[in-house]
Amino acid sequence: MSYETINVDINQYYETVENFKKEGYEMMVDLTAVDWYRKREPRFQVVVNLLSVSKNLRVILNVSVPDESLKIPSICEIYPGANFFEREVFDMFGIEFENHPELTRILMPDDWTGNPLRKDYGSGRIPVQFKNAPKVD
Amino acid sequence: MDDENNIKEDLDFWATNSEESGWNISSTDEGSQKMLEEEDEKQIKIQTGSDVVDDYVYNEESTDDERMIVNMGPQHPSTHGVLRLQVELEGEVVRRVKPVIGYLHTGMEKTGEELAYFQGPTNTTRMDYLSPLFNELVFSLTTEKLLDIEVPERAKAIRILMTELNRISSHLVALATGGMDIGALSMMIFGFRERELILNFFEKTTGLRMNHNYIRPGGVAADLPDNWQKDVKEILKVIPEKLKDYDEMLLDNPIWQGRLKNVGILTTEECLAYGITGPSLRASGFSWDLRKTQPYSGIENYEFEVPLLSDSDVFSRWRIKVLEIFESLKIVEQVMNTIPKGAYRIQDKKVTPPPRKRLDESMEALIHHFKIYTEGFKVPPGEAYVAVESPRGELGCYIVSDGSSKPYRMHVRGPSFCNLQALPVIMADSPIADAVAAIASLDPVIGDVDR
Repeated sequence: MSYETINVDINQYYETVENFKKEGYEMMVDLTAVDWYRKREPRFQVVVNLLSVSKNLRVILNVSVPDESLKIPSICEIYPGANFFEREVFDMFGIEFENHPELTRILMPDDWTGNPLRKDYGSGRIPVQFKNAPKVD
Repeated sequence: MDDENNIKEDLDFWATNSEESGWNISSTDEGSQKMLEEEDEKQIKIQTGSDVVDDYVYNEESTDDERMIVNMGPQHPSTHGVLRLQVELEGEVVRRVKPVIGYLHTGMEKTGEELAYFQGPTNTTRMDYLSPLFNELVFSLTTEKLLDIEVPERAKAIRILMTELNRISSHLVALATGGMDIGALSMMIFGFRERELILNFFEKTTGLRMNHNYIRPGGVAADLPDNWQKDVKEILKVIPEKLKDYDEMLLDNPIWQGRLKNVGILTTEECLAYGITGPSLRASGFSWDLRKTQPYSGIENYEFEVPLLSDSDVFSRWRIKVLEIFESLKIVEQVMNTIPKGAYRIQDKKVTPPPRKRLDESMEALIHHFKIYTEGFKVPPGEAYVAVESPRGELGCYIVSDGSSKPYRMHVRGPSFCNLQALPVIMADSPIADAVAAIASLDPVIGDVDR
């Protein structure tokens, strides 16, 4: 199944999504982000996947998020289903969604520091200290 | 101090049964609790659990004293895993629900960025543990789309055969646990019993009952075993009979109908707004099946129908799963009769390692094998999204490649994650007794929700 990929400027992002909804893209299937750490400027790219079930079309919108603010408008009002996905992106990448009804961490614990899916966030090697066990480095 | 040391040594002696005290034993005092010589009353109260402070303050001025917030889960048997729901109750009626997830989060998308493409299915198969083959399929299809390769016809047919069998086994678990949640315990036993047949076939073919790592980029890991038709024929014979038994037991059962009909309404508009796909959407009277609309892996060559019900309640969501099993059985039968001969994985030296036998004979084959299993194959830069119809809805995989042998970003769109958003809609303003039925009807798999 082929689909169209469109690059959208962040200022027109909300209106573009609204227009797609009016054009008959009833469903927001997926929303995620890509971290282009030291590869591209600006660093973060939000990827929105819209599906039209009436016309059987799919479109993918790429939006670059400015590095200074790391803020992007939330599309929860257009597609209520974006709620969890935006919370996941906020949790994993630290991108803020403006006017989101409840922007909290979703997968990680509330008191977690750092955003795990960023490229400069290491993986593994979290020291585990068992109770009273001798310390091993 | 001396006494303490003596006790410790004694304990070490009994633990290791030797004079030498092992370092791991002596350094922990687990299990070396000393009895208190004189226990005061407070201590006894704490130990016996009667030291409870009654700090409930009755507030006469509060008007909504009927409302209370109850935590359901994470360890609740009917939340299908470690799902936690904060339920606001007014008497027995649920007013608001907030799903709290993340208890099973293991960072699989992060792990996916560190595994090469040929290792990827090992990772993704563990996401939705009731339909592991779909996860492998969607990852492999995305990788193949990036590589721009086409797998042989036999591999495609095997993929369809295995995934449709997997759909049956997954739906059987959904029926079983759904029945268990309502109280139809025999349904649970029946569902798991029939699933065993399919799992036995999976074990024969892939070596494992779940987490198969069978469908890989470039084809499948191994050909079907000898006499596989016999097992599939057995499945095709037994499952319809048993489904008739379920229908006899439940379809006209007044208790079953009373518990499920007109409960947990989820309309088409709500489904579309919340991005809910799969059986829940089809049970609301909207025909949308990716196998028909956006076919993958040659499924368009087989004849089947998309069952459609329009009551949009828990009963239709249960019923549609039964009907879908019949359709999947049709596909399985057609695959069995028409499966072409040929290679089960692509004969492309870039992606496929040489056969095991060749390693003893040819130096080049050994080098080739070594290269693929250490370095992996490189995938051209680009990004791709592929979706398949998993038992729970649209399962998508989005991969961004930067030209190396590992995905730069691997994202899986889990249907359960999205479907869970409908819980507040379904459960609001319904009795707490129906909540369990509503959760079961959505059939969330927490491994897929949290990834």
